[in-house]
Amino acid sequence: MRLIGQIAVNVFKESVRDKVLYNLVAFAVLLIAVSYLLGQLTAGQDMKIIKDLGLAAIASFGRLIAVFIGIGLVWKEVERRSIYSLLSKPIRRHEFVLGKYAGLALTLLVNVLVMTVAFYAILAYLNTLYPESIQVTWPAPATDPGMLRAILLIFVELLLITAVALFFSTFSSPFLSAALTLGLWVIGHFNDDLRSFEAVVESPVAAYFARGLYYVLPNFGAFDIKTQVVYALPVPWLYVVTTMAYGCVYIAMLLTGAVAIFSRRDFK
Amino acid sequence: MNLRTFLLLGVLAAGAVGLQAVHELNGGMPASTTANLLYVRSPDAMKRLALSYDSLLADVYWVRAIQHYGTTRLSIDPTTQFDLLYPLLDLTTSLDPHFTVAYYFGSLFLAEPPPGGPGRPDHAIALLEKGLEALPDRWELAQSIGFVHYWWLQDYDEAAAWFTRASEFPNAPIWMAPLAAVTLAEGGSRESSRLLWREIAQGVDDEWFRNEAARRLRQLDAMDHLDGLTGAVAAFEQQTGRTPSDWEELWRAGYLPGVPVDPTGIPYRLESGVVGLGDGSPLSPLPTGPAQIR
Repeated sequence: MRLIGQIAVNVFKESVRDKVLYNLVAFAVLLIAVSYLLGQLTAGQDMKIIKDLGLAAIASFGRLIAVFIGIGLVWKEVERRSIYSLLSKPIRRHEFVLGKYAGLALTLLVNVLVMTVAFYAILAYLNTLYPESIQVTWPAPATDPGMLRAILLIFVELLLITAVALFFSTFSSPFLSAALTLGLWVIGHFNDDLRSFEAVVESPVAAYFARGLYYVLPNFGAFDIKTQVVYALPVPWLYVVTTMAYGCVYIAMLLTGAVAIFSRRDFK
Repeated sequence: MNLRTFLLLGVLAAGAVGLQAVHELNGGMPASTTANLLYVRSPDAMKRLALSYDSLLADVYWVRAIQHYGTTRLSIDPTTQFDLLYPLLDLTTSLDPHFTVAYYFGSLFLAEPPPGGPGRPDHAIALLEKGLEALPDRWELAQSIGFVHYWWLQDYDEAAAWFTRASEFPNAPIWMAPLAAVTLAEGGSRESSRLLWREIAQGVDDEWFRNEAARRLRQLDAMDHLDGLTGAVAAFEQQTGRTPSDWEELWRAGYLPGVPVDPTGIPYRLESGVVGLGDGSPLSPLPTGPAQIR
C-alpha cells in the first residue's frame, strides 16, 4: 500500500512538472471571458449558460487529462525503458499499475477541486451583478450547492475513463488506446438505444446481443446529471450513490483486467 | 527569444493583421446563397450526437436562434427570411426540454407575420404544445397557446378554451379564469387585448418579453389615437369640403390641440387625408394579423 502511495505521488508530481495543471488557467479564462460576452447574446439566459458551460468544461478538461495522460501511464515507462529498472526493484506489477492509476486519480481530484472552487467563485461574483428581482426568477440560486452532485458524478466518470484508458494502454499503443477509450466513451452514451434495440430489429439474436452489450458496456450516460442540477430538478441521493457504486465496481473490474494483462506481459 | 526572432514574429503578425484588413476592405467573404445553414435538423439525431453536451448544445442553438432573429429582423435585404427560427428553437428545446424561455420566445415571434417574423402561428403552437408535454405543470405554456390563437389567429373560442385550460392548473393565477370569460365575451376587443398584454408584461421574468409586451401595449394605444385622428380628419373634410394638407391645418381649425405624436414621441403622418405612424416609429408596423381588433 505504501508503494502504491509513493508511485501515485510520483505520478502527480510528474503531471505538475508536465504543466498539466495549466488547464486550470484555461478553465478560468474561458469562464470569465464567456461570462463577460454572454450578457449581450443570450436574452437573459446568461446564468444558466454559464452553469452549463462551467459543468461541461469541468467534465471536458477532466476527460482530456484522463484519456491523454491515462494512455501514457504505462506506455511511457515502457517506451523510456524505465520499466526495467522499476520492475527490478521490490515493486510488484499490480502495485505499479494501481499506483499509476491512483496518481492520475489524485491529479484529477486536484483539478476538479480547483475548477469547482473557481466555478463557484465566478458564479458568486456574477450573482452580485444581478438585482434580487432577477435572481428570484432563476430556477436555482447562482451558487446552488446541488450542483456538487453533478460534479461528484463527473469525477467518478473521470475515474472510470482513466481506468478504461489504463486498461487499454496495458496491451496496445497510445494511439490505439486513445481511440478505443474515446470510442467506448461514445458508445457508452448509446446505452439507452441498445436497450431498446429490439424495437427496431427483427432478429431476436441481434436483439439479445444488443441487450447483452447494454449490460456489459459502461453506461457513461448515467453519470450525466448536469441538466437536472442546473434546473434544480430532484436528483435523489440514492441515484447518486448507486451510480457511484456502479462506477466503482466497473473501475475495479477494469483495474483487475489491467493488472492481469500487465502481469503477463513479457518485457524481455 | 533573441531580437531577430522577436522582429520576425512582429513582421509576421503585422502581415497577418494587414492581410486581414485587406480582406475586410475587399468586402470579406464572397457572397453565398447558403448563409443560413443548419447541418443537422433532426432533433433526435442531434440528441444522440450531443453525447453528454446536450445542455451546452441547447445553449448554442439558443444563441443562434437569438442571432438569427435579430439579424433577420434588422436586415434591409427583403429576401432575408426567418427560415431557421423554428428549426433552431425546435433543436434547442429538444436538447433541453426545460428551456422554458425558448418556448415563450417562439410563442411571441414565430407567429408574427413578415417583416417582423416568419408568420407561422402553427409553428408557435407546435413548439408550445411540445413544451407543455415536457413541462405539464406550466400553466404559462397553455396561456401562451391561447394567446397565439387570440392574437394571431383571431380564433377566440379556441383561445378561451386554452385560457380555461390554463386556469385549471393548480398554480394558475386568479385572473386566468376571468381572462377566458372576457375572451369569449369580447374576443378581439382592444380592451381584452390590452388586458392580455398587460398580464404578459407583468407575468414574464425576462426583460426582452416585457419590452415586447410594452411595445404591443403602445401599439394598441397608437391604434386608438389613429382612430381619433381619422375621425378628426373626417370631421374637417365634412366641414370644409376638402382634405387637410397637414396637422397644422387641423390644429388651427380647433380639431387638435397640437401636432399629434405616437406613444414613443414620433409625430403621426398625414398624407392625402390618410393618417398613419410616422417614419421611423418603433411601433411600425402596426399589427396586420389582428386587423379586426376594434
